[in-house]
Amino acid sequence: MVALDIPRLAGEREAQARLTLFVLAAALALAMLLSLSHGASGVSLWSLTLGDAMPARDRLILWEIRLPRMLTGVLVGASLAVAGAVMQGLFRNPLADPGLVGVGAGAGLGAVLAIVLGGLAPLWVAQTLGYHLVPLAAFLGGWASTLVLYRVATRAGRTSVATMLLAGIALGALAGAVTGLLVYIADDRQLRDLTFWGLGSLGGASWPKLMAAGPVMLLALLAAPFLARGLNGLALGEAAAHHIGLPVQRVKSVAILTVAAATGAAVAVAGGIGFIGIVVPHLLRLATGPDHRYLLVNAGLAGATLLLLADLIARSIIAPAELPIGIVTATLGAPVFLWILLRRRGVVDL
Amino acid sequence: MTSLRNRAMERVQAGAAALVLVTALASGAQAEDGPRRVVAAGGSAAEIVFALGQGDRLIARDTTSSYPEAVLALPDVGYVRSLSAENLIAMDPDLILAEHDAGPPETIEILAHAGVPLVTLPEARTPADVLAKISVTAQALGVPEAGAALAARTQAELDAAATAAASLPIRPRVLFVLSMQGGRILAAGTETSAAAMIAMAGGVNAVTDLSGYKPLTDEAAIAAAPDVILVMDRGGDLAIETDQLLAHPALGLTPAGQAGRVLRMDGLYLLGFGPRTGAAALELNRALRGGLAEQG
Repeated sequence: MVALDIPRLAGEREAQARLTLFVLAAALALAMLLSLSHGASGVSLWSLTLGDAMPARDRLILWEIRLPRMLTGVLVGASLAVAGAVMQGLFRNPLADPGLVGVGAGAGLGAVLAIVLGGLAPLWVAQTLGYHLVPLAAFLGGWASTLVLYRVATRAGRTSVATMLLAGIALGALAGAVTGLLVYIADDRQLRDLTFWGLGSLGGASWPKLMAAGPVMLLALLAAPFLARGLNGLALGEAAAHHIGLPVQRVKSVAILTVAAATGAAVAVAGGIGFIGIVVPHLLRLATGPDHRYLLVNAGLAGATLLLLADLIARSIIAPAELPIGIVTATLGAPVFLWILLRRRGVVDL
Repeated sequence: MTSLRNRAMERVQAGAAALVLVTALASGAQAEDGPRRVVAAGGSAAEIVFALGQGDRLIARDTTSSYPEAVLALPDVGYVRSLSAENLIAMDPDLILAEHDAGPPETIEILAHAGVPLVTLPEARTPADVLAKISVTAQALGVPEAGAALAARTQAELDAAATAAASLPIRPRVLFVLSMQGGRILAAGTETSAAAMIAMAGGVNAVTDLSGYKPLTDEAAIAAAPDVILVMDRGGDLAIETDQLLAHPALGLTPAGQAGRVLRMDGLYLLGFGPRTGAAALELNRALRGGLAEQG
């Protein structure tokens, strides 16, 4: 009886996961439409469908402001959530977060360096990069810290996940200290810039930025589903995964690369947006189980939807001013997460 | 030869006629007095618009605009360095008056793209800069006469302040403290608006080996040996209590700390470099003079 129950349960879960996937995809489509059609200027999408003569101003708001912002929101939200899910699968630890492996800290350090010391850069740097200096520095920072960690944790072709986690914490502390030092010497205006950057925003979204960071995020997102089988295998433990014939080392390398690319690029365009990476995968695991074949895709859809909705709130709640989006994601998300944990306490032991 | 000259004359006349026509068209379109829906991004921008008597043209302001009080009733478009493009466009402004550091650059770029007229005021650290700001604002609003009058008034006040500054018997050393978070002194070094203001009032900035607003070590604070400590009068977390300054181990040892000479002035008044700059410099000068008299 019990033996018969297990496959049936698994089948139910799979059906539920598939249903969730459809619901999430629909929700994302709806959020994308909302994001495009809602805004302070009252330009609506319906005027597009009515065709012809759209005033130049409205067209500009749709194409130059809302569309790049919406696409950036989708990619950043999906990247953060997927990076979180991959990280948690890789470390077999529900607390893992891109912040832990030092990617977030490295990216943050890059941004702070650019904000505080950007004025000291040679003139040609300022002239060629302009205001792309901060995002670029954030991306390079995240990338560099991942490479360092990977080298530290890899020995004779094998990457020790535990060593990487520990080294990530150490690197995070180091990056935090250097960031602190820079904050100490920053002036009043730079401090304001740092604060706003740290809370994240999609406000700076533009086509050039999206063109630079978008492909990196897209590549990472497309690569993630191929990790599903590998991460499911890793859940059994590395030795077991090896015995069932998984290329364990390759899975780990690709996973780390994916996380670095997704997080680095997301932090670079939108600043530090917390909460999405750790909470979205958890909610989905509670809802549809730990199977990465569904978890990764669902996390991407849910992360994108949540970030778009948070951005809608951020840009309208104190209009004509704008709230940093990190404030919205944390204020709304954290209590909901706590409530769900409370309700599910005893049912699922994380 | 004559025909050439005639043709040249004709061209000049035609040009002049076109110019008159354009001016007439422009003034006709704008009900002969320039933009009517103005957004001020930066404290001194709003202040100058009001000083020009054009306050009723403002439809919104940024967080740093706080003077005169009437400006606070306007919708707030956020911090001057994190403006939102769509929200600004949605207000349908026909002019955005921005201080030099308004941003972020992406927003400014999109506004330019959208054809929203944006006038950037020059960065001001000297009396001449203040006058330039007034003239740029008056030009943008299409009220050059009011601009000239305000500039003349401001010039007179700045001149009075300069005379008063020159007549100080001794130039007192002034330490401007921006904040005291966690007991850490954040002081104005060279190349700050505070340093410029202190010089205009006839004082000497006590910190000369740092540029910008920088944290000061206790020893550097003692070495700065200020005769007067100057702070901004503001509430909330950033408020600096006089007791806190005097109880500070290093500041308490300086001449200013020993004599308890702490001056407070409103931040925008003191550092805004708007039309009230002359008055602010004069007020600071008087306070410094009072301190000197007390010192004997």
